Amino acid sequence: MTFWLVQTLNGISFGMLLFLLAAGLSLIYGLMKVLNLAHGSFYLLGGYIGLAVIHVTGSFVLAALAGSLTIAVIGSLVERFFLRRLYLQELPQALLTFGFLFIFSDLATVIWGRNPETIPKPSMFRESLQLGAFYYPSYRLFIIAFGLVVAGFLWWLQEGTRVGAMLRASVDDEETARALGINVSVLFTLVFALGAFLAALGGVMGGPIVGVYPGADFEVLLLGFVVVIVGGLGSLKGALVGGLVVGLLDNFGKVFFPELALFTIFAPMALILAVRPAGLFGRE
Amino acid sequence: MSAFLLKRASTWPPLAAAALIGILVLLALPYLLSPYHLGLAVQMMIFALFAMSLDLLIGYGGMPSLGHAAYFGIAGYTTGLLALRLSLSVWLAIPAGLLLAALTAALFGLLALRTRGSYFLMITLALGQVVWGIAFGWRSLTGGDDGLPDVPRPDLGLHLGLPWSLTDNTPFYYFVLFSVAVGTFLLIRIVTSPFGYALRGIRESETRMLALGYNVWRYRFVAFVLAATFAGLAGCLYVYYDRFVSPDYLHVARSAEVLLMVILGGSGTLIGPAIGAALIVFLENVISAYTERWLLLLGLIYVVVALFAPTGLIGLVREFRLRRAEP
Repeated sequence: MTFWLVQTLNGISFGMLLFLLAAGLSLIYGLMKVLNLAHGSFYLLGGYIGLAVIHVTGSFVLAALAGSLTIAVIGSLVERFFLRRLYLQELPQALLTFGFLFIFSDLATVIWGRNPETIPKPSMFRESLQLGAFYYPSYRLFIIAFGLVVAGFLWWLQEGTRVGAMLRASVDDEETARALGINVSVLFTLVFALGAFLAALGGVMGGPIVGVYPGADFEVLLLGFVVVIVGGLGSLKGALVGGLVVGLLDNFGKVFFPELALFTIFAPMALILAVRPAGLFGRE
Repeated sequence: MSAFLLKRASTWPPLAAAALIGILVLLALPYLLSPYHLGLAVQMMIFALFAMSLDLLIGYGGMPSLGHAAYFGIAGYTTGLLALRLSLSVWLAIPAGLLLAALTAALFGLLALRTRGSYFLMITLALGQVVWGIAFGWRSLTGGDDGLPDVPRPDLGLHLGLPWSLTDNTPFYYFVLFSVAVGTFLLIRIVTSPFGYALRGIRESETRMLALGYNVWRYRFVAFVLAATFAGLAGCLYVYYDRFVSPDYLHVARSAEVLLMVILGGSGTLIGPAIGAALIVFLENVISAYTERWLLLLGLIYVVVALFAPTGLIGLVREFRLRRAEP
């Protein structure tokens, strides 16, 4: 029983990290129909910058802020100066973002080397909490709570604010939104920056439990894709539900079938594709 | 194809001359190049075939796959394992590799072909990475990260009574040249057949082809499996060339590299992707001899191609000609 509870909580906390990643992927695709292959880089670079900052300042909060804000700026630069020129050109966009994935990945190994690193947990969450009969790391519980807060915030941003209304209008009908005076161009940059911010935040938050290492960019990109395939591109709810589903499956897969771990996320993806090609919450 | 070439050649003699010279040069190459450069030529030819197979999907079928290395790698692993563990002859190991690549593509095609565009890209990438994950994780079969070293090259003497073994570089070069030529010939036949034209029709307007009574799904599916089979052939050849197979064979980085080759050369032309492949293989070998930052430069090549040559070298040449034709 304890085993199942612990593994479930592990899966959910990992799922929350995947949600942070996939929410950005999904928002970006929803608005500008860009499949951002460099999203894994944003995650990894966020983690590395967080690591560098925590080594200097010792503060996890500062590390998270520095990592995600820096990457948000980098993301907006990538959007403004590169992606923008390839609007609605699927293959060139894929090439461009994949190129950035390579560039960032190589730069990261130049700056931070090839050794896997771990970000120290924030001091508040070093201990384990007693949950009834067993102990559970409080940091993972914090990730779960934090993920829910971010989900709530994003939902409020989309449904309850003026910017969110503009965003939804632009997703539904970009031309009319422009005609109504909505500055879609600025919105593009903002959403791309927000997506990069969330991915980098995921990188810093995940640092203490999954580590920061070369190759993580490709790994989380794959998982992020599976999340949006399951949940549906462009849907926040899809990113959350998909994140949890993939997080749990990935965790239990690694526990039960260590040699074929990826297969356990393949099966549900195949199932979803067979039944709902656009994902659980995607629009056809 | 010979009839097709003859027809073209009679209307445009320079083409016939160029083709003839090209064939002669390819045949003479082992006597002109050092072993190192001959190896480079072998790599170029294999990747040319690989890129052309992806072009069947992208340039003709309009299906942007980012998981094409999966079939290259699956065929490579199959051939490698059979040759290494069971000492199976090349005449069985390669067909087995092709069969497994085709079967996997048939399975993946059932899933991926339910989608279009970005979803297709994403799903082919995800499926490809799952195969990579299996190759990486299933140590007892695949050797995991270490791969499978010392795959023996085929010894045709043993099975055919021919006077040479392919462990020597020159006969191996001819073996690859012959295989790639057959693959290219078949691909040209496919894209110039009614099937190929129907595929282009589907790329341009799916609804119109549906209205004309074409079974669009079946055309896409057949193209998907065929493309995977040719990628598989490239994978089998590469395993024999490299005498090694590892998860890198089917990593998304390789899928993206072959996509880059297709776009760099110019999709929808076959010759373009072949040129793109030769160019990237050449650059990779030359640049990595001088610097460790090949990945960085490769990334920059992606960015430059995406921004400045999205229609590829062939597209640039066409544009140049158009400009010159205008008074």
